Amino acid sequence: MTGTILGAPDISRALTRIAHEILERNGGADNLVLLGIPTRGLPLAHRLAARIAEVEPSFDADARCGSLDITMYRDDLAKHPTRNLGTTTLPSAGIDNAVVVLVDDVFHTGRTIRAALDAVKDEGRPRGVQLAVLVDRGHRELPIRADFVGKNIPTARTERVSVLLTETDGEDAVILSGGKPGDSGDTSNSGHASENGGATA
Amino acid sequence: MSPSHTAQSFVIENAALLGEAESSIVVENGQITLVRGSETPLTDAEIPDGAVRIDASGLVALPGLVDLHTHLREPGREDAETIESGSRSAARGGFTAVLAMANTTPTADTAGVVEQVWSRGKEVGLVDVYPVGAVTVGLGGTQLSEMGAMAMSKARVRVFSDDGKCVHDPVVMRRALEYVKTFDGVVAQHAQDPRLTEGAQMHEGVVSADLGLAGWPAVAEESIIARDVLLAKHVGSRVHICHVSTAGSVKILRWAKAEGIDVTAEVMPHHLLLTDESVRGYDPRFKVNPPLRTQEDVDAVREGLADGTIDIVATDHAPHPDEDKDCEWGSAAMGMIGLETALGIVQKTMVDTGRLSWAEVANRMSALPSRIGRIEADHGRAVAEGEPANITLVDPDAAYTVDPAATSSRSNNSPFGGVELPGRAVATFLRGTPTYLDSRFEGMFA
Amino acid sequence: MKHLLSTSDLSREDAIRILDTAEQMAATQEREIRKLPTLRGKTVVNLFFEDSTRTRISFEAAAKRLSADVINFSAKGSSVSKGESLKDTALTLQAMGADAVVIRHWASGAAERLAGSGWMHGAVLNAGDGTHQHPTQALLDAYTMRKHLIGAAEGPGAHVETATGNDLAGLTIGLVGDVLHSRVARSNVALLNTLGAKVVLISPPTLVPVGIETWPVDVVHGLDAALDKYDLDAIMMLRVQRERMSGGGNSFFPSPQEYTRLFGLDGDRMRRLPDHAIVMHPGPMNRGLEITAEAADSPRSVIVEQVSNGVAVRMASLYLLLAGEEGGA
Repeated sequence: MTGTILGAPDISRALTRIAHEILERNGGADNLVLLGIPTRGLPLAHRLAARIAEVEPSFDADARCGSLDITMYRDDLAKHPTRNLGTTTLPSAGIDNAVVVLVDDVFHTGRTIRAALDAVKDEGRPRGVQLAVLVDRGHRELPIRADFVGKNIPTARTERVSVLLTETDGEDAVILSGGKPGDSGDTSNSGHASENGGATA
Repeated sequence: MSPSHTAQSFVIENAALLGEAESSIVVENGQITLVRGSETPLTDAEIPDGAVRIDASGLVALPGLVDLHTHLREPGREDAETIESGSRSAARGGFTAVLAMANTTPTADTAGVVEQVWSRGKEVGLVDVYPVGAVTVGLGGTQLSEMGAMAMSKARVRVFSDDGKCVHDPVVMRRALEYVKTFDGVVAQHAQDPRLTEGAQMHEGVVSADLGLAGWPAVAEESIIARDVLLAKHVGSRVHICHVSTAGSVKILRWAKAEGIDVTAEVMPHHLLLTDESVRGYDPRFKVNPPLRTQEDVDAVREGLADGTIDIVATDHAPHPDEDKDCEWGSAAMGMIGLETALGIVQKTMVDTGRLSWAEVANRMSALPSRIGRIEADHGRAVAEGEPANITLVDPDAAYTVDPAATSSRSNNSPFGGVELPGRAVATFLRGTPTYLDSRFEGMFA
Repeated sequence: MKHLLSTSDLSREDAIRILDTAEQMAATQEREIRKLPTLRGKTVVNLFFEDSTRTRISFEAAAKRLSADVINFSAKGSSVSKGESLKDTALTLQAMGADAVVIRHWASGAAERLAGSGWMHGAVLNAGDGTHQHPTQALLDAYTMRKHLIGAAEGPGAHVETATGNDLAGLTIGLVGDVLHSRVARSNVALLNTLGAKVVLISPPTLVPVGIETWPVDVVHGLDAALDKYDLDAIMMLRVQRERMSGGGNSFFPSPQEYTRLFGLDGDRMRRLPDHAIVMHPGPMNRGLEITAEAADSPRSVIVEQVSNGVAVRMASLYLLLAGEEGGA
């Protein structure tokens, strides 16, 4: 299966559902902090925050949203040309005792989230950390699971999942490309596909 | 080669004598017995019995070259060079005589030391080694050395120099200039004002400003040359200026010669070819004293050599062991080897550019240095009947890339590694004995 | 970037990348936990042939905050009293598995020599070579200028929103003092020029190098004349080395008093700077000679901040040299 997997309305519906699940799971929005993982986790975090604020008007979406750059915590730095650092911006109140929801676009090997957990630990001591992702494409390499998933998309390792967002790419879409038909990919050990398998993150 | 070879009869055929007419040269018992244009072939009777016959088609025949400025390092720094290795390198460069500078350990400031150098040179027998005597004791710049004793020794010293150091005290310089008249000697001045060059690392200018290296200003050379030509004029003596490197120096010398002052001057191959731009990168192989100058200076010394303002080319062959160059610039020794590359560089910069003919090269690298050094009875003579057979054959089309490790010198500190030179000496004869033969002549001499 | 040897090797993009990276590094240094795991397992050797406690501890702090192992190697020796040769030291470091060598050396060109000799394999960071270059100093200076002057409320840097991603275009920077012997000045001139700032060198004629006419700078021989002629956005006072004023034939100016009179920054001269201008000094200061306490301790002075920015810039440099794959971008 290649081509556009999710369109703009699909993405919108998924995010609305996740926003409700986050509220339900945490019994409201008190102490909630959303940290987007650059690049595309960041606009997703802002969108989720906006939806949460629609339900819980006391929730200040801008003040409770932040960005968590995980570059310096990656375990594959030495395998790539030097990466430019992204920005980490935390809510002014910090994250101590907050419930931090990490937000990313594609959930793949789990290594980005492992790095994010290390980064969170150095920024403070939250009461809990949860994970929200737009797409879970499988192929986990670490014992990490997501709390909130927009859509599970079974993929071959060789396939690429590209998430496009209006804020960064001018449109909303999730595109699957590049796989060979029938290739389960499970035996493929090649490469080190980045989390979203996409071009830029 | 050499000691095993003895002077035997040989005939050089079809050599372009001084780069001009193709000629035949017959050598017997170390002497040239016949020189004639190739249009009249030698008769059988004119070819001595058992003579080796060298077809020198395409080669240029020059009188054996004479280097007025060589450092052979022996005694004292035999790790860098010995009289034997330096002589071998000289012969390979086309030289039949070298003047060995006095800055050895001990300094060549006594008759004993100069005789030791002289006799070791004789023993080696690859080139005639003429020791230069120090002007002042231990090159200290204050007390005149016993120049008369050196002049009267077996070494017959006529050139005196504190090279490496400047005779900077004007009174000491004046006395030296006057004193050497006793035996028709000459003071060869290393022109470098010491105060203006304290800690100097390279030419002072645009590049030193960028590199943050202490500058060696042109004026430190020029002011001493100006002073010394005036002193020479005042006391009516002759003076020789070592390693002229700046455009200003050339102007001063041009003026001095126009004034009739008895001054001669030399330029080094590296100053004819390289500029201070080579220092970017801080490779100590380019560290030399006086330093590499600017392109303007290079152009000026080429011009000065072409018009005779600068009389001769000398090498300033200055061997240093690897550890003295394999280090940071500030710790590195100054100097570069140059005996084997000198001729190729002169061809590249002066002959191939039309500034000098081969006949003029013979003058600037053989006849004039012999005259300045007062060895003209034995060297720098014409390639003509009755003259000693000091002959260098040059292949002006043997272009090659310099490999510093392939030198006969004990040291490898050539700045010309990787540089392509158009030609080189392929055979050198000292009084009829082959002292260097390129592979093409292998086996021809017993 | 394989080595950091000279600011003249840096393109505008390289330089901005280092400054932007340093911004992110600086942000991490405001946290409670300032250590990052980024260079875990890498070994950084501080190889100092010349004493400089300030520079060494700055590099040491930078490397340690990135979790690199740090080895301090003091290899004193001078051209006069030769210690171990640079070559042997380099071979030793290679054998010890140094991923990067931070070198401070009395000889101009020593860092370049180390990087280009083939004696060792790792990255070389020049922490000051003779009177040639001290690139991280110039980078921290540029970082400090950019932070205060680009995206600021007033001055020529007010035309952009934020410092991040921008150069120093439009700024006029004055460097005052001994340019001839200053690696700080050489590094700054090249970097500031690359970043689009105008540089004014304010020095006695004895302390500018011959050949300076080819540098992209204005040269003024007096601080008052410079303050009259230019609106300086930053003024950097260079340290006057004591040995330059030892009397007799070796001094470069007649007396310390005369230097202070013509080139020292005091309160009155400082007040002639534009309101937004900052006062800088690479340290250590000679208070009372090139700068008075009033100027050094004024609110315009960013001298102490330069030190903390130094750690961020050195973290950025180490990150960019060591974090990626070998020979990476």
